[in-house]
Amino acid sequence: MPEEVKKKRITDIGPHDFHDYLPPVIKKNYGKWAYHEILDTGSMVHVAENGDKIYTVRMGSPRLVSGSFVRDLCDMADKYCGGYLRFTTRNNVEFLLDDENNIEPLKKDLEKLGYNVGGIGNVVANIVHTQGWVHCHTSASDASGVVKAVMDELYEYFVEDKLPSKVRIAFACCLNMCGSVASSDIAIMGMHRKVPKIDSEKILNLCEIPSTIAACPTNSIRPDTIDGKQTVKINDETCVFCGSCYTVCPAMPIADSLNDGISIWVGGKVSNARTKPTFSKLVIPFIPNDPPRWPKVVEAVKTIITAYKNGAEPGERVVEWIERIGWTRFFKITGFEFTKYHVDDFRLAETTMNYSSQVRF
Amino acid sequence: MGKKHETPLLDELKKGKWVSFVREIERAAEKSERTEDLLGQVENSYRDKITHWKHGGMAGVRGYGAGLVGRFTEFPEKYPGVKECHSMRVNQTSGFFYNSDILRKIADIAEQHAGGLLNLHGSTGDIQILGVWQAEAEEAFQKCAELGFDLGGGGSDLRTPSCCVGPARCEFANYDTLQICYDMTQAFQDEMHRPSFNYKFKLKFSGCSNDCVAAASRSDMAFIGTWKDKIKINQDEVKNYVKKFNVQKYVLDKCPTKCMLFEGENLVIDDSNCVKCMHCINEMPKALRSGDEKGLSILLGAKAPLVTGPRLGMMLVPFYDVLEDSKNDYEWLKGLISNMWEFWDEYGVSRERIGELMQRVGVVTFLEGIGLEPIPEMVNHPRGNPFIKFTDDED
Repeated sequence: MPEEVKKKRITDIGPHDFHDYLPPVIKKNYGKWAYHEILDTGSMVHVAENGDKIYTVRMGSPRLVSGSFVRDLCDMADKYCGGYLRFTTRNNVEFLLDDENNIEPLKKDLEKLGYNVGGIGNVVANIVHTQGWVHCHTSASDASGVVKAVMDELYEYFVEDKLPSKVRIAFACCLNMCGSVASSDIAIMGMHRKVPKIDSEKILNLCEIPSTIAACPTNSIRPDTIDGKQTVKINDETCVFCGSCYTVCPAMPIADSLNDGISIWVGGKVSNARTKPTFSKLVIPFIPNDPPRWPKVVEAVKTIITAYKNGAEPGERVVEWIERIGWTRFFKITGFEFTKYHVDDFRLAETTMNYSSQVRF
Repeated sequence: MGKKHETPLLDELKKGKWVSFVREIERAAEKSERTEDLLGQVENSYRDKITHWKHGGMAGVRGYGAGLVGRFTEFPEKYPGVKECHSMRVNQTSGFFYNSDILRKIADIAEQHAGGLLNLHGSTGDIQILGVWQAEAEEAFQKCAELGFDLGGGGSDLRTPSCCVGPARCEFANYDTLQICYDMTQAFQDEMHRPSFNYKFKLKFSGCSNDCVAAASRSDMAFIGTWKDKIKINQDEVKNYVKKFNVQKYVLDKCPTKCMLFEGENLVIDDSNCVKCMHCINEMPKALRSGDEKGLSILLGAKAPLVTGPRLGMMLVPFYDVLEDSKNDYEWLKGLISNMWEFWDEYGVSRERIGELMQRVGVVTFLEGIGLEPIPEMVNHPRGNPFIKFTDDED
């Protein structure tokens, strides 16, 4: 009997119990934290009811990292914090220290290695993003490259606290939206603009026709027959280029090197603080892909950040600022053009109109 | 070491202050030869302005229908190292806590059995090991399993649950997000590993309504910590904050229900009108804390745009006493989830998320189906039109 059969196969054990990786001071004070204070954009302290403290040093990460990157983190964690570290939902790395004196040496060591310490407070936090051309088959754009270019430009806002409130930027390379970007202060999203090309030769082998038809949000796909063979046809008039059909049917590719690009949305928010959570709203419907550094996308994001920084009151998130000054003025200040694409025509379109005589002149 | 592929466009992304993913791919390629072809393939995309990953193709480990996401290049001759470039989703720990020992071992697996590249973490929460070939998937999986790490979800199944840092390092946590995330993940292993749903289903746990894991904007069932009783006020600390900044303007005036006021120097809160938005607590964490009667709200149906448009989570259960229910192995919660999955299984169609099903059949029909009553907390306001479908069971 082969060796591998004799060895018991391990399945369905679930994730590792997190308790094994909690630093002692966290284990001791689990659920007993009293308050926290932000020390600077790279560090904060949480104080327990009994006065115990845990210090956090945060650094950015490109999310897509090498084993060597992981080993760098581990070396730092061993040197300064007993090997304990965690990651955040926004892909930052957090070192968990019990000795305040280790904060500055750790930061210096991280910066020496070329890493970015920051991301806490009224800053542009790390951009959550998707796989893009690095690893995805439905992407309308790369993800990591755009994010890198934007973060290079906004670097000062990651390391210095000088915005009215926090700004959450997120990137999704198509509207599958793996990054769930739709509730961000600034959302950057890959867009297709042409109808899928139907490969009628392959469709029967690769796809289920009924589920392909059902995948369309606008009922634009209908059954068809070409040369006696079953296929589908698309109503070009109503297709919204979402790529949902391609997700279920590989014989309907939608990516197009000349017509794919990026859209920009603002004013989303997930926190319930003050105002309810809300989706981001369209600002720029389309910017053509322009690798390697997407300068027009970077410029647009910078324009929004600058206008927000100049216009918002302390504590106002982007959406709160825009709702105070009105969308008309937002478009005027930023210079972005309001077009027919900005008027919603999908499911909840009617609820987005201004049913009042209230306007700002 | 000479470069296998010239990458002039990607090289532009090694410039600048932000840490470079291109540099990371290069570092991975130093340890794992196949990843040199990933650089070539991505450069090719940068040149052509289009993805070069093929759609479709199966990859997996025995007995699981999820956990390994298949990925194949369009140009296997040109980039043989990424002929297969699957990603293995490894279920992260609750709150993403690790130590250096375990992370080094995971990095070893990524270098020895894959492309030496990882996502820390994927959008849903998993550790992703990139560049796995089918032939070595089983070994990579078992090596992770030997470390106590199973694979995560994928496809039409329960996706890997995730949670915020919770009581491990946050005073705002109103329940143990890490524990319930771990417990639910363990309880639903079969639903995660063997896809049998209409579409994906996500569970996310945030300890307060700041919602740091964006549960209510992206998970079918979002668990948001809250409390029922009074905010605890430390008047001395309030006075300290008053010395530091304009508390009236930046805290009281921004309260969405204007339920706070100063009586002399003392802060008074009308807790019956507080909506637990967290603003005042965020601004004055030393002075204000949530009450003692803690639990969570359950919001239902959040999702990304496909297929019928994006949705935010809708209030379903205003207060769930998770601590009490956890003593009974979450009997009530598991009952609710099971009712929902049954209704979804019965009436949902392929690729229909539960929020879309609720929209299609109507909220009231959905509530009847899962055994909950309509309550005012669920709506912004009552119906504003007279098109009422009275039913015969009215007297």
